[in-house]
Amino acid sequence: MIEQFGRGGFLLVFAVIFPLIPILASVALGIFKIRPSAPDPIKESVYECGMVPIGDAHVRYNVRYYLFGLLFVVFDVEAVFLYPWAVAYRHLGVYAFVEAMIFIGILAIGLAYAWRKRALEWI
Amino acid sequence: MTMLLSLLTIVTDNWWDIRDLSNVSGAVLDIIDDLGGPAWLIYIVSALLGTLAIISFIGGVAIINIWVERRVVGRMQSRLGPNRLGPFGLLQPIADAIKLMQKEVLQPKSAPGLIFTLAPIMFTIPGIAMMAVLPWGRNMSLANVDVGILYILGLSSLGALAVFMAGYSSNNKYALFGSMRVIAMLVSYEIPIVLSLLGIVLFTGTMNPQGIVLFQEHYWSLMILLQPLAFIIYFFSVSAELNRTPADIAEAESEIVGGYHTEYSGMKFGLFYAAELINAVAVSAIISTLFLGGWWAYKLDEIVPGWMIYIGKIYTVYFVFVWTRGTLPRFRIDQLLAFAWKWLTPMALLNIVMVSAEVTIWEESGLSAGIVLPIYMVINTAAAGAIIYAFVRFLAPKFERFPTQLRFYSNIDVPSLPAVAAPPDRAKVSV
Repeated sequence: MIEQFGRGGFLLVFAVIFPLIPILASVALGIFKIRPSAPDPIKESVYECGMVPIGDAHVRYNVRYYLFGLLFVVFDVEAVFLYPWAVAYRHLGVYAFVEAMIFIGILAIGLAYAWRKRALEWI
Repeated sequence: MTMLLSLLTIVTDNWWDIRDLSNVSGAVLDIIDDLGGPAWLIYIVSALLGTLAIISFIGGVAIINIWVERRVVGRMQSRLGPNRLGPFGLLQPIADAIKLMQKEVLQPKSAPGLIFTLAPIMFTIPGIAMMAVLPWGRNMSLANVDVGILYILGLSSLGALAVFMAGYSSNNKYALFGSMRVIAMLVSYEIPIVLSLLGIVLFTGTMNPQGIVLFQEHYWSLMILLQPLAFIIYFFSVSAELNRTPADIAEAESEIVGGYHTEYSGMKFGLFYAAELINAVAVSAIISTLFLGGWWAYKLDEIVPGWMIYIGKIYTVYFVFVWTRGTLPRFRIDQLLAFAWKWLTPMALLNIVMVSAEVTIWEESGLSAGIVLPIYMVINTAAAGAIIYAFVRFLAPKFERFPTQLRFYSNIDVPSLPAVAAPPDRAKVSV
């Protein structure tokens, strides 16, 4: 199995090289003066509809993003927990079915609770 | 040695038999073996052959699809699309690449340089690396790993990280809004994706993509027929994860300029553009492997090479993605998140309950697959239709938060406009 993962690793290395080539080519064009480079304080400022930007971008943001992140952690961990169960499911019989139904039921109750508490609303 | 060789390639036919390209690589490996090459050399050469094949496919796809996408979307919107450079505008991608290379690179001074540069590279990697575990033919898969689906799921969520790196390091308000939206959206759509693929794992009992294709071949049944609901959920969620137009709130040009790539220019922007196309093709490849049978197509794969069938399926699915992009308008963010949490997640949970009950019945009753699977196909298609209808009709809340009709004036009698005389019928006017 580790051999097979190693072959995936080869592709991973090439996947890193693949986007590096155009970036390095672009840098090389800059070195050979083919690509123009005329820096300017206005060009180097961030875009804000053509105005001089007001303040920093890293401002406070709404708590709703945090809520969705919290929900995600709960649900995704439990969903990934179901994968080993699914692989071995055929050998486990009715017992595994009943047990997983209880598990999914608790998951569904959690979703219904979050729904009822209006955690899923985009305020 | 022989064990390693049999793992890498099974030489079944002559090397010129293009029905299975693994014969060619098998012949190359045989030559190395005959010359007395060590085992690690054979391993490296075989891995490099497969890697180069996939990389060249990806590179070709990234160049050709720029043309395909713009052309097809143009046709769908009653435009011509690029048609000036070369026959049918085929040289447009090359012109685009040259232009992006030559553009002056602008980078905001307040942006931290390293993360700003790393973000487009990070964005490109998952789409390419995902292709490693997908089978291209009976013996043609680069890495035949048993946890292929987990590998795909893990890599596909890395794209969100790259988008957030881009948005956060740009130090631009629009970019930050875009990346925040992406995180909220991807985080929400990750759950329907994981849960809908769980149904396939339940049916096949394996997480190996090649194993899933072999299951479909063995039982002579496409997964899309066995689990139409999972397919619909996966398709919707994944098109949201790809940031394509029905769900492109991350880069919504009319709202937040360009979202996370507002500050990017030149080749770095080009990489974002190319990576979006690569990701779309990678996802199409996943869909055609898991739901549409991959390289297998009933009896057709005995005549036509499996990898050609596979590419045909990839482009069929890709066409549907382009189609949705060309025809559907953009969702609002609250609509999108409500769609993920209130529609797709409960649907996916229902799907799991249904599938696990079916598998238990199949196992316990001991009926043969020839009887059970056609019945399941009918039941699941009907159930998918019923569940979607129930959600649309009864369960889900209405999306309209703002009235689409005039409420305050409904009680007032609005005088009807005076009747306008009908224009003279042109056909009857004699000259």
